[in-house]
Amino acid sequence: MAAIEVLVSTTEPGPDPRRTPRRQGDFVRELRRNISAYGFLIGALLCFGLFSWYPMVREFIMSFQKQKLGRTRWVGMHNFNQVWNDPSFGQAWRNTLYFTLLALLLGYAVPFFVAVVLNEFRHARAYLRVVVYLPVMLPPVASLVLFQYFYNPEYGLFDHILHAVGLPTLQWLQSANTSMIAVVIASTWMNMGGATLIYLAALQGIPGELYEAAEIDGAGILRRVWHVTIPQTRLILSMLLMLQIVATMQVFVEPFVLTNGGQGVDNSTTTIVYLVYQYAFNFSNYGAASALGLLLLLVLVAFALVYRWISRRAEQ
Amino acid sequence: MAVAAETSTRTLVSRVQLNRPRGRVVYWTVLVLTLLVFSLVFLGPLYMMVTGGLKTTAEAIQSPPTLFPKKITPSTYGTAWTQLNLAQLLTNTLIYAFGALFFQLVFDIGAAYAFSKLRPVLGNAVLGAMLATLMIPAMVLIVPQYLTVIDLPVLHVNLLNTPWAIWLPSVANAFNIFLLKRFFDSIPQELLDAASIDGAGSIRILWSLVLPMSRPIISVVSIFALVAVWKDFLWPLLAEPSPTKQTLNAGIYSLSQGVPENVLIAASAISAVPTILFFLFFQRNIMAGLTAGSLKG
Repeated sequence: MAAIEVLVSTTEPGPDPRRTPRRQGDFVRELRRNISAYGFLIGALLCFGLFSWYPMVREFIMSFQKQKLGRTRWVGMHNFNQVWNDPSFGQAWRNTLYFTLLALLLGYAVPFFVAVVLNEFRHARAYLRVVVYLPVMLPPVASLVLFQYFYNPEYGLFDHILHAVGLPTLQWLQSANTSMIAVVIASTWMNMGGATLIYLAALQGIPGELYEAAEIDGAGILRRVWHVTIPQTRLILSMLLMLQIVATMQVFVEPFVLTNGGQGVDNSTTTIVYLVYQYAFNFSNYGAASALGLLLLLVLVAFALVYRWISRRAEQ
Repeated sequence: MAVAAETSTRTLVSRVQLNRPRGRVVYWTVLVLTLLVFSLVFLGPLYMMVTGGLKTTAEAIQSPPTLFPKKITPSTYGTAWTQLNLAQLLTNTLIYAFGALFFQLVFDIGAAYAFSKLRPVLGNAVLGAMLATLMIPAMVLIVPQYLTVIDLPVLHVNLLNTPWAIWLPSVANAFNIFLLKRFFDSIPQELLDAASIDGAGSIRILWSLVLPMSRPIISVVSIFALVAVWKDFLWPLLAEPSPTKQTLNAGIYSLSQGVPENVLIAASAISAVPTILFFLFFQRNIMAGLTAGSLKG
């Protein structure tokens, strides 16, 4: 809970360390304080500079360049044209949006429902919390190798279960119709613990009197959820929605490991980041990869702005 | 104490309603159902993983799959250990994880201390520039980061296949700095002033005053630093391409082609053991820090 507050509250300045008002003789002391402060900062500054700030600038520059045989030349909008006209471009966007939609349905709504139910229990809470979070801690490749095994159409567990209850078996990862759904199921299993526990923490902060009052007013369980639980957790709900959309739009590991981006299955799981990977590391076309990455960034930024605009208007 | 607190606060459904005969029946039915479904959904696959690694190759790919291994063959784990060179991968992952932890603690705590207590000129602007990196989706920067690592600017050093390629980028974690700074902000300045009057320098103040008071937040940051390296996939795959330098995640992925199913499952199970033990051991701290760590997105 405290951690959420840490995040939500804005960075207000702490007490001012410049304890005495500035006097003329203080110049040396000020200088010394600054030098020692930047001494403490130097490691982080270098790492940020090398691995965050410089790559950011470079991403932008590279998207207008082509690199061939160690030589770099400016090509204007060529890279953007190239990725735009790539037949995979439209499909990658559709796949990414489809994944995001399904992942939100399973990974955003279901954990909320689960958390609301778990919060009512007086028994076995610790067990349920540990169990739901366990998959989050696993190395993703271990989970994905396991799911690939379960999805196998010949000897996989899932088809066996479908068969046992009299349902038709599926090709899971080998069919364009089901491959993305299979990817989403695995991804949700791996990740839903995080959202569930965050919701649980938020639910525990709701004052009981609100439920009491709603009940006295004759509100049933569903109405209490609608009029008390959801408004009281709105901040967390909206923050997680935002973070999950941004995270799911960048999905890579699951389609990469499970289906190799859907190659051989009509590219049905090729996502935007998968396409970036392909451009950069299969075709060594860093320009196109950067252009595509930049487009993804633009879409996410635009989304974040629209989202903020909507949530501001909703508040008024 | 926790029990008392829990029973005193009411939630969606009131205690009275739950204590009625009908309420009790519904409560226990839902609880038992939830326990069954949760155990099946979240522990079931783990059970299949552990037992899958005990099956023979023929049994692992037979249809229908078996719930219990007919013939328990622990040697599959041995085969996985040697065939996928897991000792090496595990050592690498440990080195990367604890190295990243070390550098993150040293540099991020230093930065947070400077921002919070020393307040240099332009400090807020620098902090802002660091926090701005949180807005940039990680995957967008993977290509220029990779190119930076293979040819470091100015120095022209290639960090590929060295632990530095994992250690140093892990320091650029604005979220850690933010969490630490917020915590340091809550430490009263008077305390630091008193130490300063007693002649303690800033390193000494940090070491013997700030750090001991910040144990909770440091343990949260540490746990998530270790887990992040353990779970990372794409970056280690790119930054440590040599088979002898890979992490468990990347190594198992790279070697997975042509390995029998049961051996692969056994390897996955082995790679999951450290994180599961770590989780069960630090469960409380992880749950406490979770709300902070998982919001990283």
